[in-house]
Amino acid sequence: MAEIAVAPRAWGGRAGLLAWLQEYGVYASVLALLLFNVVFTPHFLEVANFRTQLIQVAPVVITSLGMALVIGTEGIDLSVGSVMALASAMVVLYLGYGAPVAIVAALIAGAAIGAGGGALVAYVGVQPIVATLALLVGVRGLANVLVPQLTEFRNPTLITLGSRSVLGLPLVVIIAAALTVLIGFLVKRTTLGRQLVAVGGNRAASRLSGLPVRRVLVTVYLISGLLAAVAGVLATSRLQASDPTSLGLLMELSAITAVVVGGTPLTGGRVRVLGTVMGALLIQLLQATLIKHNLPQSWTQMVQAVIILAAVYAARGRRA
Amino acid sequence: MTTTIAGADTSADARRRPGGLRRERIGHLLQHHGALMVLAVTVVVGAVAFDSFATPQNAANIVVSSSFLAIVAIGMTFVIISGGIDLSVGSSFVLAGVLAAYGSRYGLLVALLLPLAVCGAIGLVQGLIVARTGMAPFIVTLAGLLGMRGLMLAVSGEGANTYLVQNDAFSALGQTSILGLTVPVWITLGLVLLGGVLLQRTSFGQNVYAIGGSEEAAVLMGVPVTRVKVVVYLISGSLAGLAGALNAARLSSGVTILGAGMELDVIAAVVIGGTLLTGGAGGLTGTMAGVLLLGVIQSLINQIGVLTSSFQQVVSGAFLALVVVMQRILHRAQRLS
Amino acid sequence: MATAVLEARGISKGFPGVLALDDVSFRLDAGQVHALVGENGAGKSTLIKVLTGVYRPDRGTLLQGGEPVTFDNPLAAQRAGISTIYQEVNLVPQMSLAHNLLLGREPRTRLGVIDMTQLYAEAERVMTRYGIRTDVRRPLRSLGMGTQQMVALARAVSIEARVVIMDEPTSALEPREVDTLFGVIADLRTQGISLIYVSHRLDELYRICDRVTVLRDGRVAHTGPLDKLPRVDLVALMLGRDPAEIRREGATKFSGEHTTAANGPLVEARSLSRRPDLRDVSVQVRPGEVVGLGGLLGAGRSETAKAIAGALPVDGGTVLVAGQEVRRGSPAAAIRAGVSLVPEDRKVEGIVPTLSVRDNIALAALPQLSRSGVVSDARVDRIVDTFMRRLRIKAASPHQKVAELSGGNQQKVLLARSLATGAKVLLLDEPTRGIDVGAKAEVQALIDELAAEGLGVLLISSDLEELVEGADRVVVLRDGAVAGELSGDQVTEQAIMATIAATGETDG
Repeated sequence: MAEIAVAPRAWGGRAGLLAWLQEYGVYASVLALLLFNVVFTPHFLEVANFRTQLIQVAPVVITSLGMALVIGTEGIDLSVGSVMALASAMVVLYLGYGAPVAIVAALIAGAAIGAGGGALVAYVGVQPIVATLALLVGVRGLANVLVPQLTEFRNPTLITLGSRSVLGLPLVVIIAAALTVLIGFLVKRTTLGRQLVAVGGNRAASRLSGLPVRRVLVTVYLISGLLAAVAGVLATSRLQASDPTSLGLLMELSAITAVVVGGTPLTGGRVRVLGTVMGALLIQLLQATLIKHNLPQSWTQMVQAVIILAAVYAARGRRA
Repeated sequence: MTTTIAGADTSADARRRPGGLRRERIGHLLQHHGALMVLAVTVVVGAVAFDSFATPQNAANIVVSSSFLAIVAIGMTFVIISGGIDLSVGSSFVLAGVLAAYGSRYGLLVALLLPLAVCGAIGLVQGLIVARTGMAPFIVTLAGLLGMRGLMLAVSGEGANTYLVQNDAFSALGQTSILGLTVPVWITLGLVLLGGVLLQRTSFGQNVYAIGGSEEAAVLMGVPVTRVKVVVYLISGSLAGLAGALNAARLSSGVTILGAGMELDVIAAVVIGGTLLTGGAGGLTGTMAGVLLLGVIQSLINQIGVLTSSFQQVVSGAFLALVVVMQRILHRAQRLS
Repeated sequence: MATAVLEARGISKGFPGVLALDDVSFRLDAGQVHALVGENGAGKSTLIKVLTGVYRPDRGTLLQGGEPVTFDNPLAAQRAGISTIYQEVNLVPQMSLAHNLLLGREPRTRLGVIDMTQLYAEAERVMTRYGIRTDVRRPLRSLGMGTQQMVALARAVSIEARVVIMDEPTSALEPREVDTLFGVIADLRTQGISLIYVSHRLDELYRICDRVTVLRDGRVAHTGPLDKLPRVDLVALMLGRDPAEIRREGATKFSGEHTTAANGPLVEARSLSRRPDLRDVSVQVRPGEVVGLGGLLGAGRSETAKAIAGALPVDGGTVLVAGQEVRRGSPAAAIRAGVSLVPEDRKVEGIVPTLSVRDNIALAALPQLSRSGVVSDARVDRIVDTFMRRLRIKAASPHQKVAELSGGNQQKVLLARSLATGAKVLLLDEPTRGIDVGAKAEVQALIDELAAEGLGVLLISSDLEELVEGADRVVVLRDGAVAGELSGDQVTEQAIMATIAATGETDG
């Protein structure tokens, strides 16, 4: 009986294929790309190569986690790249008071921007795309005003944060992994996590069930801002420099891509944490593969475009 | 637009709340001409504060540098009124610049038509995908943004090659002044007029409003929804292509980095101009006011000198936020009470 | 007999799981105003959608002026002269009145562009004929609902409609606007235009309609001249009862009377008002009592339940639980006070389709099931297990997507969600609609059981039998106000129908 209820959704036909792709496509693609590289790319299996790839992808993963939560509520957060830049500017501004103060200031700034966007969405009723677009433009400007040009610095604590390794693993990567676990826990095990997918899945029903819809929305955007700030701090630490003009530029696109490719539907109601991480890895791996095989960067972007369209199309086909 | 025919008003709303009509008119005024009013105030303040601001030279500078944004914003206004969004225009603009510079070695006509054709075609494809599959315009044009950036990199040898415009006639198109204004400015003016007529005075324009206002109603009222949507994205892509080509003519080269992120400025200008992102309302006058406002703010910030140009972003971001909050409040005031 | 303007012969239309129309025939003559009535799910909207090309019938034919026709889409039907005016007006709210009225037929200048002067003049001319004098340049949404309806009507007629279908046209109108509308309808009739008029306001039906067709469960229950049909009979036909022999019992799973404790009310709604849906509605539910809320569609039953649950803002009135006033307009406050609503529309307001059965059940009770923001899986599992067992929810596992369950099981999941919050009062809006017979009996038995345990239940049902056998007391609503209250032996189908049909002293 129990088995029969599930069986009719056989993985057959076009709809079945699309459903399978949405569910497992990202894992299969990462695996396929890994295998391809193992066979065809010289020096791919070297530890150094893996380290580089992981370090590069860490900020994308961290921002994407926040983006996944926002998209789970049927929203979008375009401000993440600018928040990274602002966080970087804050680090430079407050470095005089010591690294911990600077980091806390950066995180508070990110959280505040996120909460502001969330308030616009939840209390004023502005569409997420517009509210966060205003922040994208304004916050990047603010970061540039605060720190007008590329500023280099040397701070031992930040060097540790950005470049040290523990047990052979770069600290940056460990932080990204820890945050992944944390967000996974948040989605699966906390009231907030359960409520945010409900809000994204059916806002009317959530309201009727007495969920604090507005508070949930503000919190989710706040978390997204906070995570973007973390990514900004890490990137800054690694560079030992702050460049608000270019740091995090177009990060919102990478993050949205990672989330969508990871199988989280843009229509909300579902958050796939591991899928999102895989989505970020897939794009990173793709870039690396194309570069290693001397295919130009232009290819990456065009392939990325196709992947996004395919991912959204698969999600759409499933609903229909 | 603000005069009202006197006479008995039979609408229930107006009867129900005295003063509602006045409030509605103020709302209407703010929505449609708010950007224009702010623009006027800003210009006056600028003229009082800085001697070098209200000069013909500076005015011409603002207009010339705004003209490319303006052309792209015309197309974006169509798209947003129809209830969509086009994130690909920035990439389109850059790609067109490179294509125009590349094409200029084959003559003026190729330099103009090649970018128009390519960007128009991509707009058309995006329109088809949006209209036929029902996928979100945001995502489709995001893919377009990436795809065209890739294409641009491919054409320009990964950004390593800068094509110089090798056709004097084409360069002249971007640089010659007539009556103190460059050719692109005149083209912009012509396009604004044309676009205005198209939007306000033709069935096509009315159909664009109808689709953005309520797609369901538009279908029932006999509007050819698919066709109108496709044309709207075609217009947006083509105009972005034209703007990119003219910019290349002005600079005498196809620069590969300018124009990235332009879509945001364009959307900001359109929204500040009073066009609702939910579709169905707005117009080109507002959009032009929005574009000029961004230009004037930029110019004022340059006048102040001590402020970096990035301050402009702060101001336009704040403006954008203010405008959308205002729009929501106006919307609620109209709905409730 | 002249040929019908529009005729449907033997129409059947099915959807997965239901036969929405079963061999329905319908005939509309020139200049006729034909009332189409029936409760929710009777097939009215499906019939309208077949007539207007939204749906293609599985069987049967449509004839227009005696010729068979098929409509591929709404546009095709409209071109053939059949226009529909929906409850939600099918015009573009942001566009001006004039543009809405004349979209697609704008007057042109010699240059081929739209002639604005002409456009506004023409629009004003047309609207004056409909008794509307207003600035035609104003956006439609800034005008009253009456004006909007009239614009829709004028547009329909001006594109040469021969048949106009009006779906609940007066539901949002002021009495004066209704008068104007009826004047226009009378006028249209003399022009030979036919109308299909869908409404539940009996007064209106008897005022303007010639004929009536009653649909029930996808079949024609009655068709004939309206003036010869007594009101009570019409109500009986709509609700599917035979007025002659009503006293029949035992078809539902309700046991009958509940031992109602004599203590004070568990929940009390005082003078709930909300324009234009509710006027001064007061209801009480005592512990262990099932109170029925009767009335036709649109009488304000769902609105009353939602207002009590804090899900619908009200203009006036209070809700008290155990004597304490509950904060208005907050479902969360109502749930904390022990009042929980199971909404009528399962898909739109009930289930969260992307979540599992388990998460759906636990949704409203999450604050109680977690400690410092972390959900206790063990407690969730326990409570989910308890209610899945108790309500006999059939799912492959608690982790199955709720969207994959049958309607009856989804309904039980929603009941479980309410019960999991520890609700003392359940507001059940059509809990047995659209679910199969077995599930229906189970839900009915469960309501009985819960009342026996001391819960208070407010039961909304269009199924009279369910109301009579399930409820200890029935409050009957008509046009947003309480029309009467029946208790004890008075609770009979006949009495309910008589209360609904009574020519209300509609003070407007």
